[in-house]
Amino acid sequence: MRPTDIRVPDYFHKVVDCQWACPAHTPVPEYIRLIAAGRYADAYMVNWKSNVFPGVLGRTCDRPCEPACRRGRVEENNGDKPEPVAICRLKRVAADNKGDVAARMPKRGAPNGRRVACIGAGPASLTVARDLAPLGYHVVVFDGEAKAGGFIRQQIPRFRLPESVIDEETGYILDLGVEFRAGERIDSLKALLAQGYDAIFVGCGAPRGRDLDLPGRAEAAANIHIGIDWLASVSFGHIDAIGRRVIVLGGGNTAMDCCRSARRLGGTDVKVLVRSGFDEMKASPWEKEDAQHEGIPILDYHVPKAFVHEDGRLVAMRFERVRAERDAKGRRQLVPTGEPDVVVECDDVLIAVGQENAFPWIERDAGLAFDEWNMPVVDKTTMQSSLPHVFFGGDAAFGPKNIIWAVAHGHDAAVSIDKLLNGEDVSERPPPTVNVLSQKMGIHEWSYDNEVSPEDRHKVPWAASETTLASIKVEVELGFDPATAWKETQRCLNCDVQTVFTDKVCIECDACVDICPMDCISFTANGEESQLRQHLTAPALNLTQDLYVSGELKTGRVMVKDEDVCLHCGLCAERCPTGAWDMHKYLIDLTQAGPSCRGKSARKEAA
Amino acid sequence: MTYVAKPKLHHPTLPQNSLCYTRRDYEGKISTLCAGCGHDSISAAIIQACWELAVEPHRIAKLSGIGCSSKTPDYFLGQSHGFNTVHGRMPSVLTGANLANRDLLYLGVSGDGDSASIGIGQFVHAIRRGVNMVYIVENNGVYGLTKGQFSATADQGSTSKRGVVNADSPIDMVGLALQLGATYVGRSFSGDKQQLVPLIKGAIAHRGAAFLDVISPCVAFNNHAGSTKSYEYVRAHNDAVNRLDVIPTREEIAVDYGEGELVEVEQHDGSVLRLRKLDAGYDPRDRIAAMNIVQQRQAQGEVVTGLLYVDAESEDLHAHLSTDARPFNTLGARELSPGAAVLDKINASLR
Repeated sequence: MRPTDIRVPDYFHKVVDCQWACPAHTPVPEYIRLIAAGRYADAYMVNWKSNVFPGVLGRTCDRPCEPACRRGRVEENNGDKPEPVAICRLKRVAADNKGDVAARMPKRGAPNGRRVACIGAGPASLTVARDLAPLGYHVVVFDGEAKAGGFIRQQIPRFRLPESVIDEETGYILDLGVEFRAGERIDSLKALLAQGYDAIFVGCGAPRGRDLDLPGRAEAAANIHIGIDWLASVSFGHIDAIGRRVIVLGGGNTAMDCCRSARRLGGTDVKVLVRSGFDEMKASPWEKEDAQHEGIPILDYHVPKAFVHEDGRLVAMRFERVRAERDAKGRRQLVPTGEPDVVVECDDVLIAVGQENAFPWIERDAGLAFDEWNMPVVDKTTMQSSLPHVFFGGDAAFGPKNIIWAVAHGHDAAVSIDKLLNGEDVSERPPPTVNVLSQKMGIHEWSYDNEVSPEDRHKVPWAASETTLASIKVEVELGFDPATAWKETQRCLNCDVQTVFTDKVCIECDACVDICPMDCISFTANGEESQLRQHLTAPALNLTQDLYVSGELKTGRVMVKDEDVCLHCGLCAERCPTGAWDMHKYLIDLTQAGPSCRGKSARKEAA
Repeated sequence: MTYVAKPKLHHPTLPQNSLCYTRRDYEGKISTLCAGCGHDSISAAIIQACWELAVEPHRIAKLSGIGCSSKTPDYFLGQSHGFNTVHGRMPSVLTGANLANRDLLYLGVSGDGDSASIGIGQFVHAIRRGVNMVYIVENNGVYGLTKGQFSATADQGSTSKRGVVNADSPIDMVGLALQLGATYVGRSFSGDKQQLVPLIKGAIAHRGAAFLDVISPCVAFNNHAGSTKSYEYVRAHNDAVNRLDVIPTREEIAVDYGEGELVEVEQHDGSVLRLRKLDAGYDPRDRIAAMNIVQQRQAQGEVVTGLLYVDAESEDLHAHLSTDARPFNTLGARELSPGAAVLDKINASLR
């Protein structure tokens, strides 16, 4: 193998699994260290810069970071159950304890004369507004509702996310001089185009819930509701009751929100019925857990067949039992078991079987290209549509995802808009900024806490179920108290503090090999990667994790480090007599809209 | 040394031996030696050897004297018995312990100061008597704890870190051991675990006095140009006479070796030392020839390593003294102290 080029920012970025997995690339270990130090406001601002809604995301994020977390891998075969660091809930600790951060927020920029319209006031649009307003853009956000937040405000139940948090975090953005046109739903792209905005961002979400066209649907319509619409009505207080027996159809997070909301609005017998197997459900494992904790059974392998009604009233639903089988090509298929159909009695049904995008308000002759699925053509990197100054983001771009993806799209679109309106090529993306700093303070002292906590993941306390089930507005999760939060921060392995190897000064004394608790380091003859991976101190079988290979050493061998389960404890560097190993913090920040995202000349001008 | 303890977490695929122990279970406390010390590599090699042989930790007694090397038993085999003796007196304490309980595996760990200077008288007699033990000298040619004076094994003409030339001639521990009748003699280098681990395993399986001279660079005081015990010097002058594999029982040889390339020595416990010759003229079963070749090569400035001598027919101190086959702790009070009448009988037989 060729020596690893650690100057390529992606190499060490990938080692920070959580940050690499986060669509907005939030520097997770950095803010966890700040929380450990009790610097909650600083931790909040690190988050705010990357993901814009730390308080919201600290309660509701899909947490792509946690399955990626190295802690989950290193705990394998080292105890009962390997678990990642509770990254998401630590984020909430920063938000809960930050105090007043208003003074830390950016100010609205001196007007630059450019106008940008954002359609929808959800997380994607608000991110665009947050990134562009401080640069002097006049951002106008249109939304059909009275308050900003979009999906965050409409579909996430209050027992998961109090409204005060939404008000606060949308407020920080609107306070940047963003013009919010509440109650103005855009119903014609052509009309908006005619208003001469310099750029338009479409962040209107995926507002249509899928329906199920089964026998009885029309007859029993009064007691059949589309999940996301029903959740919105609950959020706005239009609906405050539901029947005693409720069936929720679907296996995603919306289904989980529906069943738990129903449980709080009078549904004493709420069931979730899902086509797939329990493990294949789309809902996050913790959301399924939360629902089950509230006494809601989840019945899998039930395919809805019909709504049963009597005298124009819904009385039950009929389901077919299926099981999963693999066909000749190895694809999973659901085949009927042949058992008699199951009839489940009910008073109401909530359909949460997915969402789809709908753009009835975009005229097909507006100049925007649509693909074969009748979706606008959008570039995955620049978020640009076929109309150069029209951009998409969030669920509107590529179908339903989640808040953190919407934020990531918003950042990308803001960079594109900023470049476009400065006459630059939007396809040239800016590299991230990387700040490298040795952590060495003394012979055995580091400016990060390198001791590895042996503790298991800590549980977030819940409010008593008598109070939470009694009202839809009582938040279920209480968040970590500072003492527990500190303990949880210590489980973080500081993966951004990188082991950096300098081959020229290595004397091959083996001290690092002997001390490494995870057998990550080997000195060996070089070879092909596939062959090397088998012959290291411990086999490197996780192909998603890179090998760090040095240049040739004095004995003709090379140093090979498997990044997979490195604890970043720094013991290799402590035991190294020549400083060939050192611990360097690589703080990687994605470049956002502004002079630094533009070409070299613009950056020089700004400096 | 380090301030944090080595984390208990281990690699998810870390294998277990037949006792269901991982290698990590044979570790001790975290080392307090200087970073890069060769002794730490020797500790790691001992850990590896004991794990591979699936030695029960409570069957091992590790004994040492005073010095950097003699501190190391704290850093391996944390579940085993240990004894830190007065400077240079490890061999007699080990001999006594061995006489009292012949069932344990005795691991004497010492340094060039402990064994070649203050304790040389003890060393020679333990070897001479054939005490059943593994005697490892972690040899760095320098007094590290007192900041870098030459030790008795420093080569004549080598220089100290400050440039002083050593005028005294060195004590050759391997030569001494061969001459005094050690029945398993090897030399190795802390920076070559592939060689060192099998040598330790062979020594553990050996009955009688097994001696290993392990060159172990002192990074703080003896790793400079002019030293003959530095990483660089030993790598440049390492003349390995053979490569050893220790196999539990004699088995088919899977690899084809040419005529005279392979020597197999079966030990008393049935284990086989399989030696791949790197030096065609070398036969480790011939003590006189071994002494000659080692001396010749050393005169040429080479550091001869490998299994230098082994006597498959070896016996130990217990055989020499015809002691009881059972350790003292399994004997009853009557057997240990048979009374005045028996004593009178013995005395009468000697009159």
